[in-house]
Amino acid sequence: MSKLRYALYTGCTAKESTPELLKSTLAVAEALDIELVLLDEASCCGASHLQDFDDFLSLTLNARNICYAEKLGLTMVTICNTCQLNTSMTKERLDNDKALKAKVNQKLNEIGLEYKGNVEVKHFLYALIDDMGVEEIAKRVKRPLKNINIAPFYGCHNIRPSELQKKNNGGENPYVPDSLEKLIDAIGGNSIDYAHKNKCCGFHVELQAPKTANRLSGDAMLDAMDNNADVVVTPCPLCHLRLDVQQHNISKEVGRDIDMPILHLPQMLGLALGLFPEDLGLEHNITDINFV
Amino acid sequence: MKSYKKRRLIFNVFRFNSETDHLPYYVKYEMEVSQDEVVLDILNRIKWEFDGSFSYRRSCRHGICGSCAIKVNQKPVLSCKENVFHLADMFGEELTLEPQDEKRAIKDMVIDKKNFWQKYSSVKPFLVAEVQSHPKKENIVVQEEADELDEADYCIQCGNCFYTCPVVNANDDYLGPAALLKAFRFNTDVRDENRSQRLDIINEPGAGVWDCVKCYECAEACPKELSPISKITKLHNQIFEDGKALNNVATRHAIGFKSSIQKHGILDEGELVRYSEGNIGVLKHLPEAYAMWKKGKIVMPWDMPKSKNMDEIKKLVDIASTVDF
Repeated sequence: MSKLRYALYTGCTAKESTPELLKSTLAVAEALDIELVLLDEASCCGASHLQDFDDFLSLTLNARNICYAEKLGLTMVTICNTCQLNTSMTKERLDNDKALKAKVNQKLNEIGLEYKGNVEVKHFLYALIDDMGVEEIAKRVKRPLKNINIAPFYGCHNIRPSELQKKNNGGENPYVPDSLEKLIDAIGGNSIDYAHKNKCCGFHVELQAPKTANRLSGDAMLDAMDNNADVVVTPCPLCHLRLDVQQHNISKEVGRDIDMPILHLPQMLGLALGLFPEDLGLEHNITDINFV
Repeated sequence: MKSYKKRRLIFNVFRFNSETDHLPYYVKYEMEVSQDEVVLDILNRIKWEFDGSFSYRRSCRHGICGSCAIKVNQKPVLSCKENVFHLADMFGEELTLEPQDEKRAIKDMVIDKKNFWQKYSSVKPFLVAEVQSHPKKENIVVQEEADELDEADYCIQCGNCFYTCPVVNANDDYLGPAALLKAFRFNTDVRDENRSQRLDIINEPGAGVWDCVKCYECAEACPKELSPISKITKLHNQIFEDGKALNNVATRHAIGFKSSIQKHGILDEGELVRYSEGNIGVLKHLPEAYAMWKKGKIVMPWDMPKSKNMDEIKKLVDIASTVDF
């Protein structure tokens, strides 16, 4: 297999509140011999909020980000579900609406860029599953996460809307997603089946409706706990910020003590690949990663 | 000759009679199902072949009355439209049939939809217009204007989006996707004269569009593929276009992205929280901020990273902005 190469759109949180995500992604990519070229020119995707205010601006900024992956001629990989959603939704809309694409390109031309629509956009999870393959990953496991009950938490924007994910991402069935389970199997862990694995954490209303956000996260955490999870793993840094940083507030809202370690997807993978906690930025996690 | 496929499936069915039962229970019905049967056929067969007291709503059988919506393995479906083989391929040989909201069950699949209809009627889901008793000309809507409705007029009020919405479940005040879609449908109708009042209703913190968590469950659940969340986004846009945006944490949160992108390219997370909450409101986040700082999760303002080629981003924000606040 020739070496896998991607343009990495880090998103904002990986450069600020979840430095461990960027660190562990780069470490895992190196361990798996995947080359990631950082798109440092990229701006924020608008996180599904900017489009509420100014849809066209949000589209144009996202199109600019994709332009830089196009310049490299590489598939863009994201490490945040919401970046994935906003970027792939932009691509979908521009690729299917010539007039809109022309309008956006008119703006991009003024800064010397052109959106062509000739690269794919997918989350790192699906680059691993679909391009590398779980068998290949299993071969490189040095420290199987044996006897550890791992609860996958998918995060909305990698699985819904399913029509979009079919064309641009992993094509996961939102009612029975299984990519994280496949990966957990490949690294020797026990995946936990629980009803809330494909539900929403409430991140996007954390500021204006914290009660709602804590209720949604709480329902998911209690479900994982009651199904004997030792740890929760997520491909989305926004879910991670909710479940990790806000865990004490979630506990308060649902009235039960929650003490659940929350890992980013590449942190979990990195542990199985034999990387050290410091390579994976585990010291940045707020919850105690007590099972390592 | 093409073979006609049959499969033996088990249906694990929610049973409850609010007049006689304290708790619901599940009964398993096993039957041979053929390739073209839909969920409504199964509901009929349970009633006709197993238990005549089994209750469910149904009427048109053509996907237009919206009566027969239930859940199969937690997936909201319109019974008359959903092929059973398709579901068995997805979920396996045993399928669990439940009402849209177990907490509101009256009898078996029949639920009390009062909360749905209350929310629905609160957005004035009808055309408000001065109608002349003796009109002199037709009131014509041109195709482009009709297209603006984005098919929102196809909603059949089945309630699937409403009962699957996690916010509806967590917050009794939230209007929910169906009512919001309906508000969009009439707000976008060129003949309607009630847009301003409807925007006031759906702009209300706690009840309106600002409480949507953007989970896309409604888009997935809609049997008419209307993507209620995309209409919720357009309602957000209408609020800003019509100058109805209140100066509160939710609107500042949406707007804050623009100034941050203009300044750094990437989002300044700390500044976004400060800008959204205000200088006093932000203080309530101090415990989390301190915990994050100790773990190296806070970037200080003077260390704030910037995107490369900031001149491009600044110019783009300048020339591609379409809305003011």
